[in-house]
Amino acid sequence: MKILICISNVPDTTTKIKFTNNNTSFDKAGVQWIINPWDELALTRALDLKDAQQGIENVTVMNVGLIDADPTIRKALAIGADKAIRINAEPQDAYQVAFQLAEAIKKDAYDIILCGIESSDYNGASVGSMLAEMLNMPSVSAISFMNINAGKIELKREIDGGQESIEIDTPFVGIVQKGIAKDARIPNMRGIMMAKTKPLQVLEPLAVETLTTYESFGLPKPKAACKKISPDNVKELVHLLHNEAKLI
Amino acid sequence: MSVLVYTENWDGKFKKLSFELVSYAFEIAKKINTSVVCVSIGNVENEELNKLATYGASKVLNVVDDKLKNLDVNAYKEVIAQAVVKEAANVVVFAHNNYGKAIAPRVSVKLKAGLATAVLALPESVEPFKITKKAFTSNALANVIIKTPVKILTLLQNSYGVFENAVNGTVENFSPDLCNVCVKTNVKEVNKVTGKILLTDAEIVVSGGRGMKGPENWAGIEELASLLGAATACSRPVSDEGWRPHGEHTGQTGKIIAPNLYFALGISGAIQHLGGVSGSKCIVAINKDPDAPIFEAADYGIVGDVMKVLPEIIEAVKEIKAR
Repeated sequence: MKILICISNVPDTTTKIKFTNNNTSFDKAGVQWIINPWDELALTRALDLKDAQQGIENVTVMNVGLIDADPTIRKALAIGADKAIRINAEPQDAYQVAFQLAEAIKKDAYDIILCGIESSDYNGASVGSMLAEMLNMPSVSAISFMNINAGKIELKREIDGGQESIEIDTPFVGIVQKGIAKDARIPNMRGIMMAKTKPLQVLEPLAVETLTTYESFGLPKPKAACKKISPDNVKELVHLLHNEAKLI
Repeated sequence: MSVLVYTENWDGKFKKLSFELVSYAFEIAKKINTSVVCVSIGNVENEELNKLATYGASKVLNVVDDKLKNLDVNAYKEVIAQAVVKEAANVVVFAHNNYGKAIAPRVSVKLKAGLATAVLALPESVEPFKITKKAFTSNALANVIIKTPVKILTLLQNSYGVFENAVNGTVENFSPDLCNVCVKTNVKEVNKVTGKILLTDAEIVVSGGRGMKGPENWAGIEELASLLGAATACSRPVSDEGWRPHGEHTGQTGKIIAPNLYFALGISGAIQHLGGVSGSKCIVAINKDPDAPIFEAADYGIVGDVMKVLPEIIEAVKEIKAR
């Protein structure tokens, strides 16, 4: 069985977000880049299943990005992916990214394609389902558990107030969220050395239009200062919530 | 022309979220001189379907089909896509929840209709169609232009509000052609709690962090939550330690919530936590560290020991409720 994980290269989650060029592009100066947290959890689960010898021969990661994404892709190889493919295009919108991924995926036969539920930069939550539609494959979203049992895929998906247990045949696109794996793996020295010799294939993109344009960015309005209440007067807080905010 | 809304139901009932979507769609419909059509999938009584007219739905397409018993994203996509064509929809509105996030992108590809997800408000203009969405996990906003004739949106819960716009509504049975749709999602078992207020629905949320010191101290959080009709939540370290179930984790990688009132008890307010709760209308923070970042996001705060403050809050709430 072959698993593909689509990974996005995103700013570290503690990054102070700033914009440049008259608020039309994200300011990359001094930013640390990481594997999108949900994609990293998907990768972790795939590697755990491979280690548990559940019939997985190969774990490949795929990214749509320019050369500056390579360190993040190498990290995915360092924590255990066997192979990486980068499609050499600047991500512009979810449709364009999903299209590039779909065209590259069609060149090979993957049994399971995993995507994180959203990326922490543009919060699109779209690429996984778009990809499934382009590939004409079934998709399951909000997966918090995945196991392979005698070749059968067992999934759990989050619903309001609980979970559904699902069985599905391959190939399919799985869109995963928190819970799929506990902690992401940390690359060790051996992994980092091995990553340097693992294949990172670069594909040139195909021509495709975008359906949306990111015109500009802004920061949320700063909040009014916090109204501090003395710890000796807790009642005052409750009265404010009742009489001023009228929320309780 | 129309604005189409997918109104999901929960065991045959709509929620505040459904009415928020219809209220929102009604305003967009007004801007482009058309009306709102809802699509409802599954068994919902007519009386319940009629409620949508109160918020501005002129028509409800009622879809019942065995293939749609559980969410098979591909099958649901077919229903919505066919409804878009039938009603010549210009704009399609989904909730930015698990269903909306799963279905909307497939509809987008099928119809080659541009999609903007996690939108926060009405479009700034309709020609060009320009709308604001959440970006960088609530640390920024992005203004997106949708360039295609049909526009698809997913609206963040509790970002618009519920407004009554009573219209004359009709309910029409709609049978999309699902002959070629093969359901691949085989749901074996459903496990869900009923009767408990869901974190994502709750108007008030009481949330605890590491400052609560241990799972044995959660009785206070639960007591306050039950007094206020609130849901309980926690920060990431708390769920990682196993003090509370993962389903309660709110934050960037956990649940993203936007209640009217959020109590952060013993939560320092790391940027990842704020990413999941900053949509709250009002945040109350109790923390003994005056420099904790949670106070920058909070509307009301007490610098003090949560173990001492929480019982006093409970007493004061009891007094108010007893009045």
